[in-house]
Order: sequence, then structure tokens, then C-alpha cells
Amino acid sequence: MAYSDKVIDHYSNPRNVGTLDKSKKNVGTGLVGAPECGDVMRLQIEVDEATNVITDAKFKTFGCGSAIASSSLATEWLKGKSVDEALNIDNMEIVEELALPPVKIHCSVLAEDAIKAAINDYRVKNGLPELEAAKSHH
Amino acid sequence: MLKLPIYLDNNATTPMDPRVLEAMLPYFTEQFGNAASRNHPFGWQAEEAVDYAREQIAQLINCDPKEIIFTSGATESDNLAIKGVYEMYAQKGNHIITATTEHKAVLDTCKHLEKQGARVTYLQVNEEGLINLEELEAAMTPQTILVAIMYGNNEIGVLQDIRAISAIAKKHGALFFSDATQAVGKVPVDVIADGIDLMAFTGHKMYGPKGIGALYVRRKNPRVKVTAQMDGGGHERGMRSGTLNVPGIVGLGKACELARLEMESDTARISAMRDRLERELLTLEESYVNGSREHRLPHVTNISFKYVEGEGLMMGVKDLAVSSGSACTSASLEPSYVLKALGLSDDLAHSSLRFGLSRFTTDEQIDYAINHVKEAVTKLREMSPLWEMFKEGIDLNSIEWAEH
Repeated sequence: MAYSDKVIDHYSNPRNVGTLDKSKKNVGTGLVGAPECGDVMRLQIEVDEATNVITDAKFKTFGCGSAIASSSLATEWLKGKSVDEALNIDNMEIVEELALPPVKIHCSVLAEDAIKAAINDYRVKNGLPELEAAKSHH
Repeated sequence: MLKLPIYLDNNATTPMDPRVLEAMLPYFTEQFGNAASRNHPFGWQAEEAVDYAREQIAQLINCDPKEIIFTSGATESDNLAIKGVYEMYAQKGNHIITATTEHKAVLDTCKHLEKQGARVTYLQVNEEGLINLEELEAAMTPQTILVAIMYGNNEIGVLQDIRAISAIAKKHGALFFSDATQAVGKVPVDVIADGIDLMAFTGHKMYGPKGIGALYVRRKNPRVKVTAQMDGGGHERGMRSGTLNVPGIVGLGKACELARLEMESDTARISAMRDRLERELLTLEESYVNGSREHRLPHVTNISFKYVEGEGLMMGVKDLAVSSGSACTSASLEPSYVLKALGLSDDLAHSSLRFGLSRFTTDEQIDYAINHVKEAVTKLREMSPLWEMFKEGIDLNSIEWAEH
């Protein structure tokens, strides 16, 4: 399969690989996918509680190049956005940016799920109601 | 200077040996005759070349030259053997025994026959990839006409106990067919000593050309016949019609001759490189060889690197042409059925690479491959949440994964 230059770039030089302290109240963690499906993404956000802005984002992904690139791109986009803005990230934007072929669209869906799961975790930790979207997606 | 990418997918196909090409060339142009033309020298020359190739092939597998039926490749040979026996021996019975790790050309042929009334037993394999001989014996019935078990597996290289299997088939009056596509030319195959009645193999897995294969069909003790699967001029003792592919046949013959003369020295060199590659890659934590290491072809190793995903790994080892047990690349998420048959979990099956070496593989290429794979696995593990959890001592089975 031919990968786009952007996928290759994110795969070769992934942005924001790492781990945030998930015990902190202002860190939200999303873990999506399953090992037997060949994709697991863990995406974390650190939020400035005063401004509701995402100050840091990290990921680790077990998966193909498109899955790694989708999560790497997601962390780039998350930084500097408010939590509410981050909720608007749509998987099709990732598809377009990375020029993912149809068989790889599920990688972008997974990245969107990971973003929502991380935000949801942050919300629950901070006494906010769970997102409908995150609950109903699977 | 090392040329990249390095080809280590020799179980898929091999490059042709230049000596094979050289032998073939005249038969495309000057000596283009039809081997079935009996009335002029063009035909005689072609027939002579075909007969010579039959002898070269027969010498490699210890059969009579007349027992070689030329086909287009191993898939056709598999089809001809299984369907041909099923139709020819219909009066005796309708039961076929095979194994779950066979090539698709065997499995799908059996499935096709099931629709026509065949009863097929698919034997399981153990974690080494070997069938259980007692289960084989227990599955034999008076209606069993064919036992079809491959010689060496294409994904993991495991060699079945062919002599014991053929003895069981013979004892119960069934024919024994072996798909020996990966084995002929790589390990000593002797149809008499091995007790094989029918055997499929092909040129392009042993430095010969693509588009030419053969089916060995035993002529005595017992005399085996198969029903032709194509109607036509009655070539190949009526079992396979169609003008003979003379250049291809000459190439297959030459490839067999080279294999016979050079197998011993090739095997010593190739298996030493394979063992070194395997030893070095196993120094990576949580890496495992799939299938038997004792009963195995000399030129292949299949290794799973836990906590990295196969397709991501393939992308990481872009300087190597290898094959992955993960079929993601073909748009399905199904991991290899062969690896699953060994009892591997989906995630381990997804994380595997098959390395197939050849006569032309060099030590320098293996050095490069070792470093390249080690770097890629290490990098991907640093990126893998599963690896982090494993390192923290978290049992991955205790996590409720979200299906998607």
C-alpha cells in the first residue's frame, strides 16, 4: 500500500509520543481499540483548569502507520485548543489532512474516539457529566 | 555497496538463477517448436528439450521421468491432484483428509469438492504446526481416497513427518498427495522413500521461472491416475492438455538440476544465515519463533514481536521486503490462519514477520536486516501503549477493550 507523504512523516517523526501523569486531576486519558483488532490508541490531554485550554497532549499507539499518523496528528491539533473546540475535531478532517485511503478511515475514527474518550475522562474526573457521544459510539 | 530494499521474501517467489535464464533463452526464439509436432525437426528439438528437463526433474525427486506432468504451477497441480483423484476414485469413496494449515489452493479445492459431495476432514495442528499422527489414523475410513498434507509450510516452514503420514495412508488403502511447493529444491525430497503418490511443486520457488509447475503422479505401486481438469489434445498422458511451455519446462529442469547439485552447500550457508538472523532477533524481549524450529525448512523463520503491530512494523522495516502474518495490507483485518492454527492469539499473529532467505542472500544483507528490524521494533515499542502496560506489569487480558 502506498502511504501519503504526510503519513510517512508522522510515522517517521511522530509528534508528542509519551505519557502524562494520569493520576492528575487535569489530565484526561482515552484508551481505545483492541489488541486483537490490531489497533490500540492511548491519547492524553492536560488541561489548564482556569482557561479550559489543552496545554499538552501525548499519545502512544499500537497499530499501522495510518493509526500512528492519525494519533500523532490529533495531538498536534489538540494543543492550544479549548476542550470544547477539541470536541469538534471530526475524523474526516484527519482523513483529508493525511490523505488516508478508504481502508484506513477506521484509523481516523479511532483517533476521534480517543480524543472524545480523553475529554470524557477529564470531564468525569472534574465532576462534569459524561458526553453522550462517547457513551453511545460503540 | 548494499542495494536496498533487501529481498527476504523468498517463500513468495525467488529471483531466477541467471543460469536458468540462459538455458531457457534459445527456446523462445531459435528453438521455438511445439513439442507435440512429430513431423519436423522444430518439434523434435522441443520434445528433446522437454524430455531432458523431465530427466533433470526426475533425478531431483527420485522418480521416473514419465511420472512428471507439467502444469502452469503449484495451484494448478494442487487442483489437478485433488479434483483428479476425487473424480477418478469416486467409486472407492468420497473422503479426503487434509490439514488446516494447508495452502489455499488445497483448502479451497477441498471446499469446492465438499459442495459436490466430498467429505473432508481438516486435521488440526499442534503449537509446532505438526499434525497428530494418531488423529490422522483415527480419521481414516474405508471411504478415504486421499490424504493431502503439505511437505513444508509456506508461512512457518514446518516440515511434516511425511514418511509416517504416507505409511498411514498406505496402510488404509488411500493415496497420499503432498503439496511440496516450498520443499522441492530446498530439502531432499524422494518420492519413493517418502512414499508419495502425487506431489505438486513449481519453478518459481526454486530459482526457476513463474508459470511452470509439475505434478508427480506415481505410475507403479500403485499406478495412480487423475481425471483431466481441462479438455484438449490429451498431452501429458491425457492428464493435462495444452501445448507444453517449452522454455518454462527447460527452466524448471535446469532449476532442478542446480538444486540437486547445490542443495547441500546452499542449505549449509543459508541455514547458518537464517540461524544467525533468528538468534539476533530473539535477543529482543518478547519475541518468539512461530512453529517448530526442529522440523523446518532451512531458509525461513517466522517471528512474532509482541506489542508491535505487523503492518506498522512492515512500514518500519521498509528497507526489507518481508511478509507479515497480518493481512491488514490486503484490506482485511484477519490475521494469518496458519498462525492462528498454531494457537497464537490475534495480537501475536498480527505482530509477526516472515523472513525467507535464498541462494543469493548475503551475510551483509543479514547484518543490515538484523539492525533494521531491531531498530524498528524498539522504536515502535517506545510508541506502543501495550508495551508500556506490559512493562508496568499490567495484564492486558484484564483490560476491557472497546470493540470497534
